[in-house]
Amino acid sequence: MAEQDNQEKTYSRRKFLQNTGFALGGLIVGGIAGSLLKPEPEQAAPPPAADQQRDFNQAFMFFTQEQFRIVEAATERIFPGDDLGPGAKALGVAYFIDHQLAGDYGFNARDYMQGPFFPGEKVQGYQGRLRRREIYTIALREMQNYSMATYQKNFADLTPEQQDEVLRAFEEDKVKITTVSPSGFFKMLVTNTLEGVYADPLYGGNRNMDGWRLKNFPGNQMSYVNVIEQDAFQKIEPASLKDHLSHS
Amino acid sequence: MARKLPKVDVVIVGVGWGGGIIASELTKAGLNVVGLERGKERVTEDYYMVHDELRYALRYELMQDLSKETITFRSNEKIRALPMRTYGSFLLGDGIGGAGVHWNGWTFRFMPYDFQIRSQTIERYGEKKIPPGMTIQDWGITYDELEPYFDKFEQMAGISGEDNPLAEQMKAKRSNKYPTPPMKHSPAMRLFTEAAQKLNLHPYTIPSANLSAPYTNPDGIARAACQYCGFCERFGCEYGAKADPVVTVIPVALKTGKFQIRTYSNVRRILHTGGRATGVLYVDVTTGEEIEQPADIVVLTSYVFNNTRLLLLSKLGRPYDPRTGKGVIGKNYAYQVQKGQATGFFENKEFNVFAGAGSLGMYVDDFNGDNFDHSDVNFLHGGGINILQLGKRPIQNNPVPKGTPTWGKEFKAASIKYYTRALTVGTQGASLPYQHHYLDLDPTYKDAFGDPLMRITFDFEEQDRELSRYLATKSEEIMKEMGADKVEASKELGPYDITPYQSTHNTGGVIMGGSPDTSAVNNYLQMWDAENVFVVGASAFAHNSGYNPTGTVGALAYRAAEGILKYHQAGGGLLV
Ligand SMILES: Cc1cc2nc3c(=O)[nH]c(=O)nc-3n(C[C@H](O)[C@H](O)[C@H](O)COP(=O)(O)OP(=O)(O)OC[C@H]3O[C@@H](n4cnc5c(N)ncnc54)[C@H](O)[C@@H]3O)c2cc1C
Ligand code: SF4
Repeated sequence: MAEQDNQEKTYSRRKFLQNTGFALGGLIVGGIAGSLLKPEPEQAAPPPAADQQRDFNQAFMFFTQEQFRIVEAATERIFPGDDLGPGAKALGVAYFIDHQLAGDYGFNARDYMQGPFFPGEKVQGYQGRLRRREIYTIALREMQNYSMATYQKNFADLTPEQQDEVLRAFEEDKVKITTVSPSGFFKMLVTNTLEGVYADPLYGGNRNMDGWRLKNFPGNQMSYVNVIEQDAFQKIEPASLKDHLSHS
Repeated sequence: MARKLPKVDVVIVGVGWGGGIIASELTKAGLNVVGLERGKERVTEDYYMVHDELRYALRYELMQDLSKETITFRSNEKIRALPMRTYGSFLLGDGIGGAGVHWNGWTFRFMPYDFQIRSQTIERYGEKKIPPGMTIQDWGITYDELEPYFDKFEQMAGISGEDNPLAEQMKAKRSNKYPTPPMKHSPAMRLFTEAAQKLNLHPYTIPSANLSAPYTNPDGIARAACQYCGFCERFGCEYGAKADPVVTVIPVALKTGKFQIRTYSNVRRILHTGGRATGVLYVDVTTGEEIEQPADIVVLTSYVFNNTRLLLLSKLGRPYDPRTGKGVIGKNYAYQVQKGQATGFFENKEFNVFAGAGSLGMYVDDFNGDNFDHSDVNFLHGGGINILQLGKRPIQNNPVPKGTPTWGKEFKAASIKYYTRALTVGTQGASLPYQHHYLDLDPTYKDAFGDPLMRITFDFEEQDRELSRYLATKSEEIMKEMGADKVEASKELGPYDITPYQSTHNTGGVIMGGSPDTSAVNNYLQMWDAENVFVVGASAFAHNSGYNPTGTVGALAYRAAEGILKYHQAGGGLLV
């Protein structure tokens, strides 16, 4: 695998926009835009190590402490830390989910939530009246109940294998509850976990862009005009939306 | 009582590709045009933070707010239709530019066969080849008649492309070359090209509205070249490289001083008397005020669903009756058949999958349309086969071989490993209409104004399942030839499901044709039943082809604009 020098790939957005005439409200005329791309003369400052700076974003907007602990433990089983790299916990996925549920997404603000409500066919999609934050609240309580009933322990205190058993019981609808669909909730939890691993770190997950590093995804880059035809895999140091701002 | 404004020449409902093209052509010719758009204004500067998969691709930043308006869906008449509460199957545009802001930009011309599908099918295979209930019909126009308008759209948008090697066989003449050269080829595209050619197929670069080179169009609009940034489908382009109404036709219309756009203006009714529209009734959604905008000519450019819904709500035109097949408004709803595909896993090769552009890829038409003999297959038409390099964003792309768990340690390892090592040969199958596939008003569910939602009655048919299997087999052959270590084909189509994203290629509802008995609009998209109403969009398609719709929507919009000018000059009358 040819690995290119990381720094070569860190373009300044501002410089790019100036070079291409966008910052002046103009339009690119003539020339190949790619050839105007110049490497930054100065290297971008390395991001401060996580513990050097207090992360004020890591507090709860929605979850209780108990809920947070369940989500943190469950998502770590869905996407565990291992020798390949960090898992959900280290990446801040539970904070990500907390923050999502506190806003539009949690309230289904842009979904059609008017009645009447009828159970539908599978091909008709979700037809419940509950909003995502309500589904989480109810399902997390049920996860706790199920853990207590089966193992006489809180979910977060179970062994990883036991936690997997509980998650599988939800995934396979073996948990008998009527308020929410156990498998529907489990699917949402998996989706939200992957979102928390790979969304821009601005949302509270994907800490230090380490989720992206797992996949060699370069995040927010200005241009791949010089990459697109390359046969060799290009390993590029990722950049975030925050990097965008610090350049402007 | 609604406040009544002074009359204008033309009022347009919705300002996307359809509305933008109509506005630019009519204002250049001196007409006064008002564009009513329910959403907000958009400019390129909005996309400063656009490389955000969560916000744009998964929280649908640029799309219609479903809490205010959605559609309802049922597979057939025996089932209760229920609302599409969250996004899935297709994504609806909203705001200036409409879906043209966040489209990919694949820009095809439907083929000559499409426009004469019924007569050519009968001629070649006999009438019996058309299965019972399938309502294919000719479009009332030929490819050759539409050719100048295809060209106009391509020149305006600066489409990057190369000749289709099957053009001659398809009798698809071009009066001009594509205005810009084809897009760059990635290694995956090269691999596909070699494999397809070895199999005696005829691959070509997808005609792209992401510019391969800087381009100045005939209206003097200059745009930058695409940067292959990988955030295109579902995103706005921060470079203005992607052809979008906001950076092409709308500024041209505004420059004339004759185009007035009113955002936050949701049209609820077309007002009419004695078979002629007098204007439209809309709501200023910022104040709730009801306003009447009188006009000599009303143009609907509000996408398939609202074009159909506004006519039904306004009781204009004859509603379609699926029992008798009579009536026209709501008829021939069709979609796209996309299930057939083959994914290949490469153990020893990594691809730069993160890079790409919305319309970057290769296409093969050997099994599209009537380019092959259908005597021995149980379906009509066909589909395009493609390889794509759109830019794979990490949340939505976690390809793993079958049998891999969907979560946990093994999933993590496989999804990371194969993220850069999986390629898919995909297909885009035609969707042909049936008597029992249609659009009407939902009896139960309402939008934010209390108006009934559009109801879709649609499912996949045997035709679609056969087509899907056929195309999957062909994709599998190509992927094997490409040298993947493991190839998995997806062949079985299953019922139409509103939850997974498929494509925003909804068609029909206000179809064009040669006769008022079987169509709602003539080949200028003028309503047979209301001569001063023009209905522009994929709503005019009598069926959907094995291509994306917008090249053909654009061509029809240019033709409609010409028709409107003729109509205006003549002072009335049907144009056909
Ligand atoms: C993710 C995605 C990718 C796509 N990729 C491709 C592609 O590669 N190639 C291709 O050919 N096509 C593609 N399409 C489809 C393409 O975007 C549409 O065909 C095209 O934009 C339709 O243009 P239109 O003007 O008919 O409708 P729209 O763009 O939907 O515009 C309609 C406008 O009308 C407004 N409106 C609706 N109702 C009202 C009302 N009552 N009052 C006032 N205003 C109203 C809407 O807000 C909207 O702005 C894609 C679509 C999506 C979503
Ligand atoms: S891929 Fe090209 S056209 Fe698409 S958004 Fe990026 S720069 Fe624009």
